[in-house]
Amino acid sequence: MNNNSMISIKNVNKIYNNLTALHDVSLDIQQGEFIALVGMSGGGKSTLLRLIAGLEQPTSGLVTINETDSKSLMRVMFQEDRLLPWMSVLDNLSFGSKDKNTKAHAQELLELVELTTYADHFPNQLSGGQKQRVALARALMTNPKILLLDEPLGALDALTRRKMQDLIMDICQKQNLTTILVTHDVEEAARMADRIIVMKDSTNSYEESCPKNRNSGQIGIVTDRVLSEILEEKPSQQRTA
Amino acid sequence: MQKPVTISDTRRKQFHLPVDKILPFLIPIIVILIWQVSSTFGWLSSSVLPSPMAVLQDGIKLTQSGELPKNLSISLYRATVGLLIGGGIGFILGFINGMSKTFRLLFDSSIQMFRNIPHLALIPLIIIWLGINESAKISLVAIGTMFPVYINTFHGISSVDPDLIEMGKSYELSKGQMFFKIIFPAALPQILVGIRYALGVMWTTLIVAETISASSGIGYMANNAEDFVDMETVVLCIVVYAILGKISDLVAKSFESFLLDWQNTGRSNI
Repeated sequence: MNNNSMISIKNVNKIYNNLTALHDVSLDIQQGEFIALVGMSGGGKSTLLRLIAGLEQPTSGLVTINETDSKSLMRVMFQEDRLLPWMSVLDNLSFGSKDKNTKAHAQELLELVELTTYADHFPNQLSGGQKQRVALARALMTNPKILLLDEPLGALDALTRRKMQDLIMDICQKQNLTTILVTHDVEEAARMADRIIVMKDSTNSYEESCPKNRNSGQIGIVTDRVLSEILEEKPSQQRTA
Repeated sequence: MQKPVTISDTRRKQFHLPVDKILPFLIPIIVILIWQVSSTFGWLSSSVLPSPMAVLQDGIKLTQSGELPKNLSISLYRATVGLLIGGGIGFILGFINGMSKTFRLLFDSSIQMFRNIPHLALIPLIIIWLGINESAKISLVAIGTMFPVYINTFHGISSVDPDLIEMGKSYELSKGQMFFKIIFPAALPQILVGIRYALGVMWTTLIVAETISASSGIGYMANNAEDFVDMETVVLCIVVYAILGKISDLVAKSFESFLLDWQNTGRSNI
């Protein structure tokens, strides 16, 4: 394990009923790094994320988190908001927290996601994008150091999706969070991540580092390269940075 | 010059009848009116069905003599205690079987077998075992109400969204927190359906039990009145059962709207 690594994955295999979901995956993720896992369905992206989250155990190999209390410093945000429908927005934020100043902290986070006026609303009174913002705020309640995002924007419309991408990038940068995003959208990965990992045939087959402060042209180039790697095609020659 | 009238002004001036409050009472009121008119004009013989006024007067007379309140209170006591015992056992069994696969395998098959026996068919057996005292009637109500609560509690707990359970696990909730914060609230709508159904079964069972083997209660009153061909009291007892059933339903509904207020909110309410 690299000294600066926040998460270290060594020769991990995961087999469900004779079906290999992950095969010999090794990966080091640095503190504060934003990683995107992309690839076709069934490539093992979500399985890898669930192993990191501790929701499942590897069949063999080692997943190491460089923190003593790794579980409470790691939060998962899923594709479904998974809000408790019988609790108000504020209660949904504070239900998993053991901190005494929970309510005040929850209010701060609602401000961050621009939902302060919805504190007393129930989830069924919110739109899909608002629910996902509440889910994001809830994930941030325990001041995690690692944020795991399992296709959290998959069900949102394009405009809400773009706004949520900006919000997540902003929060992760300001709070120096180590973030792993699972997504089907390669352009989303190219826009948000520092490094893109392509998961193919149950293993991490390809990596692409993204330039800092990238413009739309650079995002397009990275998107093309990653897509062609996933689809095993030659990259498009037409794009220029 | 004519003063402009805005839409909101027009709306404010309109008179609104509380239709939602009136509609549920419309059919009972019409039926009682037709019934009274038919009796008054002699279209309906009092030996077939006494008039609503005659039933009301009989009710006042029996209330003043203390007979109706005495029998009503004993019926309410049997119903409440029977429901608490049966509903309590049903909830505990539903909870245990919903939470544990081992208990489910051990108990559920036997409970389902027992559930399919009509509980009123047990009356002869209960009378032989317990006589015609209070415990016999309370036991019958308890058996009748146990199964609706069991089935719905079991189903409610076992069908909690696994995504919410996984979310709770990722937040490291203890078993107690997991139950009180996720499993129980998620299962509550189904449990309340079971309780509401059990309330109906409770009155049906009590009527039969009190008619067959009792020396007090509304069912006994009706049975006793039948021996003396006292039609007013027979009909009065039926009306009392209908009112008690309606009150039970209203209580159950208020519980639902109090405990499940989150279900009644929606985007249209914002």
